[in-house]
Amino acid sequence: MSHTDSTSGALTSLSIKALHQGITSGQFSVMEVTQAYLERIERFEPEINAYITVTKESALASAVTIDNRIRAGELSNPLAGIPYALKDLYCTEGVLTTSGSKILHNFISPYDAHVTTQLKKAGGVLLGKNNMDEFAMGSSNESSAYGCVRNPWNPEYVPGGSSGGGAAAVAARLAPMVLGSDTGGSIRQPASFCGITGIKPTYGRVSRYGMIAFASSLDQCGPMAVSAEDCALTLNAIAGLDERDSTCSTEPVPDYTATLNQPLTGLRIGVPKQFFAEGLNNEVATIIQAAIKAFELQGATVKEIDLPNSHLAVPVYYIIAPAEASSNLSRFDGVRYGARCDNPQDLTDMYKRTRAEGFGEEVKRRIMIGTYALSAGYYDAYYIKAQQVRRLIKNDFVQAFNDVDVIMGPCAPTAAFKLGEKVNDPVAMYLEDLYTIPVSLAGLPGMSIPVGFTQSGLPVGMQLVGNYFDEARLLNIAHQYQQLTDWHTRMPAQFA
Amino acid sequence: MEWETVIGLEIHAQLATNSKIFSGSSTAYGAEPNTQASLLDLAMPGTLPVLNKKAVEFGIKLGLALGAEIGKHSVFARKNYFYPDLPKGYQISQYEFPIVGKGQLDIELEDGTVKRIGITRAHLEEDAGKSVHEGFVNQSGIDLNRASTPLLEIVSEPDIRSAKEAVAYVKKMHSLVRYLGICDGNMQEGSFRCDVNVSVHKPGTPFGTRVEIKNLNSFRFIERAIHHEVARHIDLIEAGKGHLLVQETRLFDPDKGETRSMRSKEDVNDYRYFPDPDLLPILITDADIDAVRADLPELPDAKKARFMSEYGLSAYDAGLLVQSREEGEYFEAVAKGSGDAKLTANWMNGEVAARLNRAELAFEQLPISAEALVGLLKRIQDNTISGKMAKDVLEAMWQGEGDADSVIEAKGLKQITDNSAIEAIIDEIIAANPEQVAQYRSGKDKVFGFFVGQAMKASKGKANPATLNDILKQKLAG
Repeated sequence: MSHTDSTSGALTSLSIKALHQGITSGQFSVMEVTQAYLERIERFEPEINAYITVTKESALASAVTIDNRIRAGELSNPLAGIPYALKDLYCTEGVLTTSGSKILHNFISPYDAHVTTQLKKAGGVLLGKNNMDEFAMGSSNESSAYGCVRNPWNPEYVPGGSSGGGAAAVAARLAPMVLGSDTGGSIRQPASFCGITGIKPTYGRVSRYGMIAFASSLDQCGPMAVSAEDCALTLNAIAGLDERDSTCSTEPVPDYTATLNQPLTGLRIGVPKQFFAEGLNNEVATIIQAAIKAFELQGATVKEIDLPNSHLAVPVYYIIAPAEASSNLSRFDGVRYGARCDNPQDLTDMYKRTRAEGFGEEVKRRIMIGTYALSAGYYDAYYIKAQQVRRLIKNDFVQAFNDVDVIMGPCAPTAAFKLGEKVNDPVAMYLEDLYTIPVSLAGLPGMSIPVGFTQSGLPVGMQLVGNYFDEARLLNIAHQYQQLTDWHTRMPAQFA
Repeated sequence: MEWETVIGLEIHAQLATNSKIFSGSSTAYGAEPNTQASLLDLAMPGTLPVLNKKAVEFGIKLGLALGAEIGKHSVFARKNYFYPDLPKGYQISQYEFPIVGKGQLDIELEDGTVKRIGITRAHLEEDAGKSVHEGFVNQSGIDLNRASTPLLEIVSEPDIRSAKEAVAYVKKMHSLVRYLGICDGNMQEGSFRCDVNVSVHKPGTPFGTRVEIKNLNSFRFIERAIHHEVARHIDLIEAGKGHLLVQETRLFDPDKGETRSMRSKEDVNDYRYFPDPDLLPILITDADIDAVRADLPELPDAKKARFMSEYGLSAYDAGLLVQSREEGEYFEAVAKGSGDAKLTANWMNGEVAARLNRAELAFEQLPISAEALVGLLKRIQDNTISGKMAKDVLEAMWQGEGDADSVIEAKGLKQITDNSAIEAIIDEIIAANPEQVAQYRSGKDKVFGFFVGQAMKASKGKANPATLNDILKQKLAG
């Protein structure tokens, strides 16, 4: 490798926009950028475990190709030559795709997910596949079959989950940008814990084709990066109609970078009173309130809003998501791909042992919950009731957006917690997503942006919630905040 | 009091779409295993179903033909169970909100009366794959070519009271789906198969214990399976062993002519149906329905009524001719070409039908075109050949020996209608048989047949029978 640590350190601290400018102006090559990231991964990955697979060979090979294509004038996309990583639930042709599970420990995907194709087309360089909670079920990345991920701000702490590998990778600059997925908070909460920027778009904004399903009516792909601007550039490449996903929206896609610099004059902020009630850590509350105050000082108006059914969101979510998951995960049966138990005695034995050995505790717990909720005699009382309440929760938001442009509040009730702290208390773990789950159930776009640090030096993220398909507004608000603050550009000292 | 049989049917009609209901793979039958299985059919992680709109249109077609309510908001649901040939671990079907609601189908009974059978519903669903056991030791193969093939499951009310009615109902439905062009009706290939629910009771009492006989794929099997099952029920009940009769699923073994237990109610899965979150509800507008209605062909009952009024056919003849759309169209082409609907009906329902039966061919496989049959009927009408000779000509045409005229020419079958030629033959016969002539003239009319036979023989069957009769009578009268 031809570069000194200082040069590669400089390259890996650049924004996507700066990388693009440097590459297109010939200041440095895609190969140099790729090597700089691969070097950092080699050096820091053992401490973080943000990747399940590092695709070093193919990254170097595509760097050569992309350099040539850029020089030949064939590629001018803002993401051309930009390294990225994918949460390990995005199918990637010829690459191991595990969804964080042992049951897919040998699954080499025969095809690309829609978002994989989009980033390949844009000329991105895939660095690897990020660690994650098994099948995206978890809020701490501790349910991964490939070991827990450590928070770059303090290795004794969790990075959040389920997109914890991606969030940690961005925080430690082991990738400038990653794609996460969010079902009940899996982009926003780890973004908050790792001090980075992440956006979960409106349900249906980004195709789910090729994304290994957890809960189909909630799963949504979104970018995680250092800044809102980097997220906007990425969202431009992945959002939009894909006919292979019937739930994908036909709503036109704007250029998300076009409105980043719009002034926030007259912005109406809604603050849900339920999000500042009991359960919210005081330190986090203070930091969030200060951030909202900063918007107010810029001329925004702040209004308390009521989301009267939000306290029902967690129980509703823990019916609907496991119900869908119990069915979605039935295909992992040892018949066609993935793990199969040794020496099956008969069909039933094969199913039972393959699944008992292949799935982890949390996944099994949710399959059990979901199966129960859908069972004859319980379906009406659980699943149907949950769907009814889901509509009420959605209506609360619809109502609120009559009067406000954006809703602001905490992403999670606390900053990152210690590894192992909540592992044996599933309910405490589920309550981590108290503020993100209502947004997921409503299908609304939500973001997390870094707005401060706790006394002990852990980042705190603020959640921004927009109206349907109002991602451009969220990114605009976040970008404007990031023009005035530097929380998002700070890096953990030991990875500087 | 007599036992009464109560039957309800579930028919699975495979929809004749080119591609599968949720994937782009071909639905063609008989390909090498797993060559028509896409990533979705294999249930690869991350794959998603995309609805084939043609299947929806076909569902609406059937609904309209059954006079049924069309579900304007129909929903796909997942039916969850584990089986190796069910790759996703669930089947995408419809549960609470099917595409077709309540409707009816009229069937004609043997005594000519019409009976109305209620249709409960019809819903869209995907087929499963197949397990393959031949050629494997201690293992099974899985062929997913059939996985995600579109099916319409048509459920009847328990309105059917005998095996004969059941067969009439299935035949009528079979005819209907083919008329509509939504199913090829091929029962051997499993494109049209049915499950029969059977019970017996005494009229006025509640229905008896119901047994489901699965996957019957021929009209004969349906009839035999029901007969066997009804007898089994009655025997058990009358022997005081009614408690041995359990609600279960049974299979019919055509070799033994018996049904045997497949699984009992206790083994029944809880399918945990719920709306499939990967698919949006199907929303159907009145305009959509009108568009499909405008595209509906004339249906068998309407066609039958028209054949009776327009062509003066009997209900029996018309009923036979409307069994398939092809046959009805063929009839009209021949009736128009020949200008004689009755003659056409007689030939089609007589000689042609008999030959098809003997050869075990479906009407669509008839080797003689409508045009060719017109050619044959014309030669009967213009007395070129007799009806009897026409049968021989038909045989030659069937064997591919050409059209009617060339067969008549090649075989020299042209009737002799020239009076002088016939007179010459008759004169010779009268001269050679003075004894018989004397008998006839003394009043023995029966001898007339002898002269006809001799004359026909001498003309090698080519003499026009009517002309021959006339001349013979004159000459014998002296």
